[in-house]
Amino acid sequence: MAIVFQKTKGLTDKETHYCPGCTHGIIHRLVAESLEELGVLGDAIGVAPVGCAVMAYDYFNCDMVEAPHGRAPAVATGIKRARPDNIVFTYQGDGDLAAIGTAETVHSATRGENITVIFVNNAIYGMTGGQMAPTTLPGQVTQTTPYGRDVNYSGFPVRVCEMLSTLSGVAYAERVAVNNVPNVRKAKAAIKKALKAQMEKKGFSIVEVISACPTNWGMTPVEALKWIDDNMIPYYPLGVYKDETEKGVHAE
Amino acid sequence: MILNMLIAGFGGQGVLFMGKVAAYTAMVEEKNVSWLPSYGPEMRGGTANCSVCIDDEPIGCPLVLEPETLVVLNAPSYDKFVDAVQPGGKIFIDSALISAKCTRTDIEAHYIPCTQMAKDEGLDGLANIIMLGKVLKETGFTTYEVLCEAMKKCVPAKKAHLLDANLKAIKLGYEYQE
Amino acid sequence: MAEKFLMKGNEALAEAAIRSGCRHFFGYPITPQTEVAAYMAKRMPKIGGTYLQAESEIAAINMVLGCASTGARAMTSSSSPGISLKGEGISYIIGSDLPCLIINVMRGGPGLGGIQPSQADYWQATKAPGHGDGQILVFAPASVQEIVNLVGKAYDLAETYRMPAMLLADGMLGQMMEPVEFPDTEPVVHEKPWALTGTKGERKPNIVNSLYLQPKELEDTVKARFERYAAVQEKEVMIEEYQMEDAEFAVCAYGAMARIVKTAVVKARAQGIKAGLLRPITLWPFPVKEIGSYGHKVKSMLCVEMSMGQMVDDVRLAVNGACPVSFFGRTGGVIPSPAEVLAEIEKMAGGAK
Repeated sequence: MAIVFQKTKGLTDKETHYCPGCTHGIIHRLVAESLEELGVLGDAIGVAPVGCAVMAYDYFNCDMVEAPHGRAPAVATGIKRARPDNIVFTYQGDGDLAAIGTAETVHSATRGENITVIFVNNAIYGMTGGQMAPTTLPGQVTQTTPYGRDVNYSGFPVRVCEMLSTLSGVAYAERVAVNNVPNVRKAKAAIKKALKAQMEKKGFSIVEVISACPTNWGMTPVEALKWIDDNMIPYYPLGVYKDETEKGVHAE
Repeated sequence: MILNMLIAGFGGQGVLFMGKVAAYTAMVEEKNVSWLPSYGPEMRGGTANCSVCIDDEPIGCPLVLEPETLVVLNAPSYDKFVDAVQPGGKIFIDSALISAKCTRTDIEAHYIPCTQMAKDEGLDGLANIIMLGKVLKETGFTTYEVLCEAMKKCVPAKKAHLLDANLKAIKLGYEYQE
Repeated sequence: MAEKFLMKGNEALAEAAIRSGCRHFFGYPITPQTEVAAYMAKRMPKIGGTYLQAESEIAAINMVLGCASTGARAMTSSSSPGISLKGEGISYIIGSDLPCLIINVMRGGPGLGGIQPSQADYWQATKAPGHGDGQILVFAPASVQEIVNLVGKAYDLAETYRMPAMLLADGMLGQMMEPVEFPDTEPVVHEKPWALTGTKGERKPNIVNSLYLQPKELEDTVKARFERYAAVQEKEVMIEEYQMEDAEFAVCAYGAMARIVKTAVVKARAQGIKAGLLRPITLWPFPVKEIGSYGHKVKSMLCVEMSMGQMVDDVRLAVNGACPVSFFGRTGGVIPSPAEVLAEIEKMAGGAK
């Protein structure tokens, strides 16, 4: 019988610890498939964050390092400077990337560091049990915004792609979602494009993936996917925010 | 100890460079040496000072708090350090900038109007080196030839045109009669 | 014999690191260690290396983590307040069993403190450079030449034992020029099968990590690390003993402070006081046996530091009550003078002879 589908070599056989309905698994697979299809799995070095994806080092079938909370882009910078021909990616959540690691994110981006950042935005701190994230929506109920996020008190959500797209070092910034099949296909195309930009040494690339957290949102997996359409995407519009992948960001 | 010298003045008077040239004589003669600058905000326009120790033995404390040889290039430095000179030590005063007369009888005071001499001889900015020539003459911490040799090591290649002026300044100080 | 240069401690340190095979420096400006970064910024581009000014000390130490995880010789340099910021990264580097070189050119603290020489980070370096059970190698050079010698040694031992090494200096040593020669020996090359270089599809993935969610697994990992520490303590202690053969009174000091003490010891000897100097060169591993062995030989010990008294704790533990241990120190950037130290030695010896 002909094989029509099989698991990517980019993932290990380790069973993941993610909750039912969580979309981390899909995003892992998209990154792993992209690395494999681009033929760079053997050159890849991944940086795991602190947060739900902390154990990503057990799931990706390539060399991996676990970074301190928020520091993944700095760790990736150190790797890339020592090994410019390897493919270096970080996999980070919203608290990691847009709160504690804001400085590392912004500065690796503005340096045009030739790395790829996979940014998983699910509008909540998942691993610690559902607290407000820098991307938590106005009015959204979390453990630490029990009456809904009051923007006058807790401030406004951070739109990462919009912010980073103002920086000259960013070669590629796109926001995608993984809540339905067409979106998953687009997400994969974006991740591949970002990695390809790195292979061609075009500069910093980031793909923001709008992701579901049914457990901490207090929803069923199906409700959570719909909540992305109804609430997340209106605040975080999907699309390409910056594309300098033709000429790259670095001066000749 | 062959030389235990503290040089003090304003930033910009070449306090550190003067100490460096003195230190290089020890490199020429393969002796032990330490050169220690003051650092911090006073590097930016305030007072600057620098400790130089030369010895046949390894240098212990590199910080000269009680100098055998004190060079002062401005009045605040004179006031600050004159009492620290070891009995039997020597103080070198730029008398063009410092009007004070040393009243201590247990140290030897030398007055050299080196800033004025530099101006008169067209050696602007080399009052420090004129002073170094005089320090050499009075302390004999090395030979005239070695000091000139050290100067050659301290003037960077791209500033080679300044070497002659510096050597002239050494000579001027060395031959100065009080 | 190799050529001698007159160099500042900070610059000699940077040059020694380059000659030891360091090609990647990540820093953030802070007084009084800026010459290290400036030297690296000038030299690294010319030898195909990296000088990168990070956005913070936190980022710099994490760049070191990433770089070290590839097996490259990485380095960062800072001064006291900056080292506090690096504490998180240092803990992760310890927990990830990575070698690297960290420089602390100490200044007065706490807080922003001052910028003049200090030794007030002894506790931080030797007891708690970051959170968790763990140690780093800590070297305390006392001359520019010793800085050069210890930089190579630090990389070698860091890689042998897979742990970070720190050079603990102060502004006096960093700013001071002294004659120095660079050994023309090649850096020792260590095999690094753990390094992240990409699997090339030829081996299982390497994972550099400090997370162990099972308590037993974490305990076993830490215990294995402490077995390496025991080997370090057994084999790698360095100490200078000066005039200790017949000493009745020992003075303990490290780094540039020990230079001042040496001058005081010479003066005390001239007065007929049989004084000697014990100068730990490795602060971790601390020379426990070596200093302890003098507990019964001397009448008394004095520890002199540019702090309120930190290493004195370790001296007392080493001596374990065998002789009295007193302390003298100045802090905040005030440097004790040889005369002050001499007065303390005289006091210890029961008055001037």
